[in-house]
Amino acid sequence: MQQVMRITRTNVALKVVMALTGLLLFGFVVGHMLGNLQLYAGPETINGYAALLKSMPGLLWAARIGLLLLVVAHVVCATILATRNAEARSTPYRKPKHQRSTYASRTMYWSGPILAFYIVYHLAHLTFGFAPHEWSYTDVYSNVVLGFQQPLIAGIYIVGNLALGIHLYHGLWSLCQSLGLSHPRYNRYRTMVATAAALVVTIGNISFPISVLLGVVTLAS
Amino acid sequence: MSQENMKLTLHVWRQSGPQADGFFETHKVSDISPHMSFLEMLDVLNEQLVESGKDAVAFEHDCREGICGSCGMVVNGMAHGPQNLTTTCQLHMRQYKDGDEIWIEPWRASAFPVLKDLVVERAAFDRIIQAGGYVSVRTGSAPDANEIAIPKRYADSAMDAAACIGCGACVAACPNASASLFTAAKVAHLGLLPQGQPERLSRVAQMVMQHDLEGFGSCTNHGECEAACPKGISINFIAQMNRDYLKSQLLSASSLTRKTAEKHA
Ligand code: HEM
Ligand code: FES
Repeated sequence: MQQVMRITRTNVALKVVMALTGLLLFGFVVGHMLGNLQLYAGPETINGYAALLKSMPGLLWAARIGLLLLVVAHVVCATILATRNAEARSTPYRKPKHQRSTYASRTMYWSGPILAFYIVYHLAHLTFGFAPHEWSYTDVYSNVVLGFQQPLIAGIYIVGNLALGIHLYHGLWSLCQSLGLSHPRYNRYRTMVATAAALVVTIGNISFPISVLLGVVTLAS
Repeated sequence: MSQENMKLTLHVWRQSGPQADGFFETHKVSDISPHMSFLEMLDVLNEQLVESGKDAVAFEHDCREGICGSCGMVVNGMAHGPQNLTTTCQLHMRQYKDGDEIWIEPWRASAFPVLKDLVVERAAFDRIIQAGGYVSVRTGSAPDANEIAIPKRYADSAMDAAACIGCGACVAACPNASASLFTAAKVAHLGLLPQGQPERLSRVAQMVMQHDLEGFGSCTNHGECEAACPKGISINFIAQMNRDYLKSQLLSASSLTRKTAEKHA
């Protein structure tokens, strides 16, 4: 415990916490996207999958609480660091010229909070059923299709997942640096893997609202 | 190619002291040759100011050959100006053309207070070095050269890190005013060599801590520091510093001695 306390004193240590929590959240996001692909296999498959998860309430709630703690730790560290960084440059430049940073790296403090709002909305909509349409605890398939048939709801999911993609594009490479994962032989693969992983997750997730909007996935199927 | 005798408009940051409010002051200079260095162009401006009875623009400089690291300023939003791998003193006016407008600012970081105009106090760097940027050696007769064998790739890498001239461009260019590149370079150039091993973990722990105490920001891996560094120091050194820092925190002193004891048992 003493060592855990000590390790959170420095910026480097807080970045390690962000990197580890970010990595675990990324792992969840990949699993979540793969599970959701069962939408394309029809109502029985994905509703069966949902029933399977809900048949183990202990495990399900442990995972939920775990994920919540990860997000809280991630956001708390981000907030502390953001405050320190703002204090470190109290007088801004007239017009800084960026040479190496990317749109994604400069907008982590936008994509992150957008993600936070999106996560709250998403839980309210599909987990807790605050939905402007018919909603059932067991018929996950219909909840998703009825939701995405409303362009506004589909739009929120698309924007949320674009933010996730941008966040991961920078975050996945950044976490390698934060954890000291650097080796001359492998370094050039870090951005490649980050780009590929961010693309797969984003395209996978965004395909759901788009398929419903285009009528590829419908209630009757 | 820029022509002889350029006329330029300069917007220079003026600030009379650390507590004073600063502002941009606009001046025109003419007869600027493309062969002049950027600092020589500022010398022309200062002659002009002194002749008309005004206060010269304070800027720091010493070697004027890119090795001492004292001449840092932000030119049109870029630390040390637009040319890669170049300090301000080695930047030449052929980068500019007649009629250009140039904005000149000091390094901006709370840990680097402005002393006057373009001169900032970089003592925070000295304190980071004091916190761990040394090796303990036995005094007495000088050791023989090449007494300790050093694998070439470590020697090369240590030399790359040791190229840091402590100019502060990494801090100036970092959107978070982080000195991670400076600290990482100093941690690495000793930590990579055999002479630096005894203090390797305590060094990184102390220097990282001092970096934060000075009020520099945290690294968010933008890479701006590497682009601005006149010596081209790689951000891979930052990853290495983070890795060594993690080791220093996870292996407490007792587990370190236990490990060493096990190794020798
Ligand atoms: C699904 C959820 C999320 C995932 C998978 C995720 C993933 C990541 C990863 C991998 C990093 C890189 C860490 C590093 O540089 O070491 C990161 C950084 C960051 N995250 Fe998240 N994140 C998520 C949610 C959030 C949320 C809700 C916020 C809200 C504030 C946020 C704010 C940030 C910020 C500001 C950074 C940059 C930190 C820095 O560079 O100092 N993230 N994230
Ligand atoms: S004056 Fe020495 S590096 Fe520029």
